[in-house]
Amino acid sequence: MIIGQIKDGIVLDHITAGRGMEIYRILKLHELDCTVAMIENAESVKLGRKDIIKVGKVIDLNFDILGFIDPGITVNIINDGKLVKRAHLKLPERIRDVIRCKNPRCITSTEQELTHEFRLTDPARKVYRCIYCENEAPQIIK
Amino acid sequence: MKHLIDIMELSTQELEELIACAEDIIANPAKYAQACRGKKLATLFFEPSTRTRLSFEAAMYELGGQVLGFSEASSSSAAKGESVSDTVHTVSCYADIIAMRHPKEGAPLVASRRNWVPIINAGDGGHYHPTQTLADLLTIHREKGRFTGLTIGLCGDLKFGRTVHSLVSAMSRYEDIRFVFISPEELQVPEYIKTDVLEPRGIPYKEVASLENAMPELDILYMTRVQRERFFNEEDYVRLKDTYILTPDKLRNAKEDLSILHPLPRVNEISVLVDDDPRACYFKQVLNGKYMRMALILKLLEVKV
Repeated sequence: MIIGQIKDGIVLDHITAGRGMEIYRILKLHELDCTVAMIENAESVKLGRKDIIKVGKVIDLNFDILGFIDPGITVNIINDGKLVKRAHLKLPERIRDVIRCKNPRCITSTEQELTHEFRLTDPARKVYRCIYCENEAPQIIK
Repeated sequence: MKHLIDIMELSTQELEELIACAEDIIANPAKYAQACRGKKLATLFFEPSTRTRLSFEAAMYELGGQVLGFSEASSSSAAKGESVSDTVHTVSCYADIIAMRHPKEGAPLVASRRNWVPIINAGDGGHYHPTQTLADLLTIHREKGRFTGLTIGLCGDLKFGRTVHSLVSAMSRYEDIRFVFISPEELQVPEYIKTDVLEPRGIPYKEVASLENAMPELDILYMTRVQRERFFNEEDYVRLKDTYILTPDKLRNAKEDLSILHPLPRVNEISVLVDDDPRACYFKQVLNGKYMRMALILKLLEVKV
């Protein structure tokens, strides 16, 4: 299968296989008016299998959200057919309004206007805890 | 602006300053009798509590200040659906400092975020209760004269007991501390206390089921209540509830200078026969709580005496 190179845009590479559609939805790529290609289960020397997303224009990306969902992703920015920037993601120190605290005793369960905010407490185990109640965040990828 | 939401926000130096202030209050109460004259403490208790609220109120009165507030959510605008933030913003127009208890975890943090007035967390659900830990720490300091070189036994419900978790975190900052966790298997200390607090600092601990066997090595025994509602079946509760009743008989092998603490209220986990034992410190702990709350109010209001 051949999917052509893009002239201007973004390539999200090294997505954990099977996570591509989740990232597509979270980044709301379906709302864009440009070409978006989703490649699932591509062969990868590093990962064995991986997903790739190609977006036909440069858009603002929330690297914190991406890093939280799948810190292994590589973000490639393409301009005029050339790679102008490559970013390796890392786990963000804080994430806001990406996931919700599930603790029914947490203040966020009753006060709707509060942001759902988590901080990284254990990078080795990728543990995030709610800043209000310290409940461990639901994990998206380990 | 300073608040107190979690005991770990206080450095060991700040703790020492608070303890020194509390000791000075105990020695010279008259010196502090007008320290907060013209200041008002609001006690916002969204869930009922007798001892903590009264302790805060007594503390402010003894500093010459005044107190206003409510003692349950139904008598506040929270019953009409007002947010914590709006309630606290409103009350900050009337009071200089707020002590707040709320059933939802994190509510005092929400209250503190806009820095209207200093917020003291007087208990948020099963989460934090830092002023209880201040009471515990002053009691340990007064009884032992130090925070180092102690073997601390914690007994009962170590899984859900917020005072246990805070005390372990606070004491784990000192040298040569050992913990003995005495509990039924169902109520053992949570894994994160071991992996996040104790093991990174190399603090020795052991988990045992027998209070009698652990007793001889303890310098401090922190008793807690085994709560019926934590058990899935009545049989387990009935089997376990009497395991950790502290009686004079169980103290036979204890050290002469053991200090027995309990955050109170107790139900039956410490026999009243122990109350007259000189090693029983739990009512001193109540009094110490008031002195530490006085010291804390002075610190957060930046009152110099």
